Amino acid sequence: MTSHAEVHEHHGPPPIHYSSRVSPSVLGMFLFIASEIMLFGSFFTVYFFDRVVNHGINGQWPPDGFHRPVFVALINTLILVTSSATMHWADTSIKKGNRAGLQAGLVLTLCLGLTFLLTQVIEYHRLRFNTGDTSFAATFFGLTGLHGAHVFVGLTILLVMTIRAFRGHFSPEQHHGVEIGGIYWHFVDVMWIVVYVTVYII
Amino acid sequence: MRNPFQSEADAFRFVWVTIGYFALIVIGSVINRWLGFAVFIALTALALWWLFGRGEVEAPVKQVPAAGPPDEHRILVVANETVGGPELRSDIRERSEGRTARVLVVCPALNSPLRHWVSDEDQARANAQARLDQSLTSMRSVGIDASGEIGDGDPIQAIEDAVRTFRPDELVISTHPVGRSHWLERGVVEKARERFALPVTHVVVDLNADRS
Repeated sequence: MTSHAEVHEHHGPPPIHYSSRVSPSVLGMFLFIASEIMLFGSFFTVYFFDRVVNHGINGQWPPDGFHRPVFVALINTLILVTSSATMHWADTSIKKGNRAGLQAGLVLTLCLGLTFLLTQVIEYHRLRFNTGDTSFAATFFGLTGLHGAHVFVGLTILLVMTIRAFRGHFSPEQHHGVEIGGIYWHFVDVMWIVVYVTVYII
Repeated sequence: MRNPFQSEADAFRFVWVTIGYFALIVIGSVINRWLGFAVFIALTALALWWLFGRGEVEAPVKQVPAAGPPDEHRILVVANETVGGPELRSDIRERSEGRTARVLVVCPALNSPLRHWVSDEDQARANAQARLDQSLTSMRSVGIDASGEIGDGDPIQAIEDAVRTFRPDELVISTHPVGRSHWLERGVVEKARERFALPVTHVVVDLNADRS
């Protein structure tokens, strides 16, 4: 056995400080959501600035010649809201020890998310304007594209969760991966509702 | 302030609240633009009151642990596969003898990089817990006042977490012998000596020799 001891003079890390009344894990989720809100907020700021400025010039929003696919986006909204429900089903299933429910819920969520993303890509191709056509087009693609990127990340997380679920991972006691992935997916859903109402409806 | 995303169920509820919030604003806007704006103001004020203004104070989740009695000697032990080694057990016993000693054993949940990145650490934690339980039972059987916890997969991070909560007087790191120890290869002992203002003891446990 090798055994020796040394004392060092320098100071170690500062003492623990939990005076914020928020646990580190919840604080982490707070900071993540705050950073996401700031990211989306900057895009919304550009969108509203553009809208206020250009609305004042020609009195019409969106500008003439730009048609937003409101109905398709509504269908996509329903798809995404449904995927939130299936995600919730998956989470409650594993909490009750229902592995089949977890697997079915995750597969359905994955399929619905893929449908949303594919529909958005197809709709992009069918639009008669592109990113370079006026600032409206740029902000439209910027906001919906930013959200699409979040959906893609969410789908990647969902794919990993689904593979793990089919490999027998997760249990009623240990399902942190489903819980955290579910929170992210619902957040993506919430952001889409904001984007849809802002960009397509109002 | 209450975080609406504390759990999946909370987040799912928030989705429906968001739908209701925007549906009311859109309906108001369809009837009259200013009505829509008034609904927006009213609902936003309600949401802000719910988040900030209800005066609810959440109970502290975790506080700084109280320092032990002045004569208590706190030993932090960090070990993984060697946690049950007889050399480690006898070393801790020697350090505990003749004084009031409290021992915290931290077992880092070692995991493969792939499993780490896909958040698949259940098995790693279960393995670490099994080793820890076995080790604690054997320590308590020889009269050592020991408790234990599973630590981060990175041993330095696990030490740092435990140093902040346990406030040890000394640190004991147990590893395999040179040539077999990943921790020694990665310089964990040296890094711990540089980083923590504590007496650091390195205990080598040769499990192969113990078995033979």
